[in-house]
Amino acid sequence: MSIRPPAAGWFKAPHGAERLWIGLALCWCLVMSIAMPYWHFYGKQNSTGEAYRVEPGAFAQRVQRFVATNQVGELNGIPIVQPAPGGDAYLQAQMWSWFPVLKLKKGQTYRVHISSIDLQHGFSLHPLNMNFQVLPGYDHVLTLTPTSSGEFTIICNEFCGIGHHMMAGRILVEE
Amino acid sequence: MTTTTIGPDVTAGEAAGNHPRGEVRVCDTTGLAICTTAERFMKLHAVFAVVSLLIGGVAAILIGLTRWPAVHLLPADWYYRLVTLHGLDMLIVMILNFEIAILYFAGAVLLNSRLYSKSLSWATLGLMLVGAVMCNATVLMGKADVMVTSYVPLRADPQFYLGLILFSVGTLLGVINFFGTLYIAKRDHTYEGSVPLITFGATAAAIIAVVTLLHAATTMIPTYLWSINLLSSIDPEWYRVTWWGLGHMSQQVNVCAMVSVWYLLGHLTVGSKPLSEAVCRSAFLLYILFINLASAHHELVDPGVGATWKIWNTSYAMYLAVLASMIHGFTVPASIEVAMRAKGFQRGLFGWLANAPWSNPGFSGFFLSLVIFGFGGGITGVTLGTQQINIMAHNTLRIPGHFHVTVVGGTALAFMALTYYVVPLIFQREFYAKALCRLQPYLFAIGITTMSIGMSFAGSYGVPRRHWDVEFSGSPFAPAFDSGAHVMLGLLGVGAVIAFTAVLLFVLLVVAAVFFGRSNAGRPMEPWHVERGVTAAVRASHGAGEDEEHRTPGTLVLVLVFLASFAVYYFANWLWLSDVWHVR
Repeated sequence: MSIRPPAAGWFKAPHGAERLWIGLALCWCLVMSIAMPYWHFYGKQNSTGEAYRVEPGAFAQRVQRFVATNQVGELNGIPIVQPAPGGDAYLQAQMWSWFPVLKLKKGQTYRVHISSIDLQHGFSLHPLNMNFQVLPGYDHVLTLTPTSSGEFTIICNEFCGIGHHMMAGRILVEE
Repeated sequence: MTTTTIGPDVTAGEAAGNHPRGEVRVCDTTGLAICTTAERFMKLHAVFAVVSLLIGGVAAILIGLTRWPAVHLLPADWYYRLVTLHGLDMLIVMILNFEIAILYFAGAVLLNSRLYSKSLSWATLGLMLVGAVMCNATVLMGKADVMVTSYVPLRADPQFYLGLILFSVGTLLGVINFFGTLYIAKRDHTYEGSVPLITFGATAAAIIAVVTLLHAATTMIPTYLWSINLLSSIDPEWYRVTWWGLGHMSQQVNVCAMVSVWYLLGHLTVGSKPLSEAVCRSAFLLYILFINLASAHHELVDPGVGATWKIWNTSYAMYLAVLASMIHGFTVPASIEVAMRAKGFQRGLFGWLANAPWSNPGFSGFFLSLVIFGFGGGITGVTLGTQQINIMAHNTLRIPGHFHVTVVGGTALAFMALTYYVVPLIFQREFYAKALCRLQPYLFAIGITTMSIGMSFAGSYGVPRRHWDVEFSGSPFAPAFDSGAHVMLGLLGVGAVIAFTAVLLFVLLVVAAVFFGRSNAGRPMEPWHVERGVTAAVRASHGAGEDEEHRTPGTLVLVLVFLASFAVYYFANWLWLSDVWHVR
């Protein structure tokens, strides 16, 4: 009776189907526990959370410098910037835009520095559906290797005020 | 005040209680001694909960109709405002009021004790009320469009944070009142031996609630000081880590309360008893021990917290808490199977399930809650909480898709099911329109499940949560979502309409019963169902042999189906993950 105090001597080990199920459930939980560290060492999609403290103003200056040295064009009034393969790229989140447009090469690895200069934002790459959190004061470094080419849209998926639904940017990936 | 000693004429377990004269009544249905003070506050908190359910529900349907692209009802500012209001009233105000009522029940009523302190109860109610009104008013005035998470440096009016602090302090006083009741019941020997299972589950919920409320204070007090310019800044990552110590752990309070309600309703509807007290109690213990850092799964794609921290906290803590849920997921239906088989429903694997009292809203609501929570919420939650898979899910509609089947299809539905007993037993009023009462849990379950499926699949297409316009009108780079995403958002809208209809029906039925229902004082409540095919002989043999008590082949098949679904969904997600870009 679950609403009355149990009779004395209630502490008994489970048996039968209940015991079998607890064993199965425990094994399954162990499988899941091992999956994460396993994938961390042998898989290719891991968010390590590498980040450095940065003042929003200082980050904005780095972005400006990055754009000035690597700009290759313009799209909808926003500079297209092509970082060197293997090098650093910068992406600035701000209510309600992503700056600049990045142009990457498929199969090359880039260290993409993402930060916000005002509120928290969310980096969501459409239509691939990769999502990362962007915080002011933190330079979030994603070591990205595009494995597909085409035009990708960056959506903001962390609420950042009334124009949140207009905050979209672009990454271009060529073969 | 009279004191009664336990004489030889009082049987074991039926101790005399410590009620002051005139502050106790005997329940005509269950025979439990009910402290009338506890009863009054259970009523007040239940009314408070139902009112916030209605407010949160109205916000919900307006939000749902906005996310349905074909309708797109609200302007952007009101959409975000009502998302904040909805989260606040449902996740915090409604659910915590229900839980305070459950704590008073599990403490005072089940232990045959008086409630520890009347003035603490008033303070609890008063602070919760003032806090809730402050938060609601601030949000409705447009001064706190910050979502329920209120991530800094997004700033709300100081009143919003102060309201949250007052509400939390009030809740904490309610929890202290529960612990006080446990203490005086033990001291006055109002029961013998160990506390009942439901009180044990409620105690687990209360312990987690204290830890949760400490996180609330750690997060909200500095944030309040920042909002009135006494602190210059709050670190956004620090805020996220401590806030989720409040945000997700509070959901574990809900889980403990919900599981306790499952056991309670199993007992009230089919007379089930736990298969093994030791197993059930150990599972509650696992919740207390391992849920503390599992809230780390909200920071899996955050900067500033390392991979080791993420993996460690989600692997050791989360999966041991998951184990607890999987244990309850077996034990609850198994105890129903044992009780039904003992009544004579022995045919086949599922004769016990087919003959269960599906026309009893207390049973249908609780069993649907169990199935929806396990299959819908459990499987998706654990998968989304995997460090790498979270890359595909973080902040997409998959997240609300998950928590609407846990908190709403699971906890809220269980609480609704309980209400079909709370009103006749505590308010001593009978429901009108029994046929509608019987329909309501099914309608709600269908609505919320449809809505959550719509959300989950739209999220798989990358549709963000908390987002007014999926068309991105006005943006320089509009993404073109697959037409499948639009279909799923339409499904979300249809589900929201069905679920809201069920919420409205629930509120109307409860209000009609509480204020205008026939009184059943002095006699047992009208039963929701009449047992069929039960012979006296099989009833008498209930609980005869150990082996018979543990024969649960039907449940074993059900949980194996569950495990198979779990594994398929889990590994399918790893497969989808291998398609995205490489990232370190």
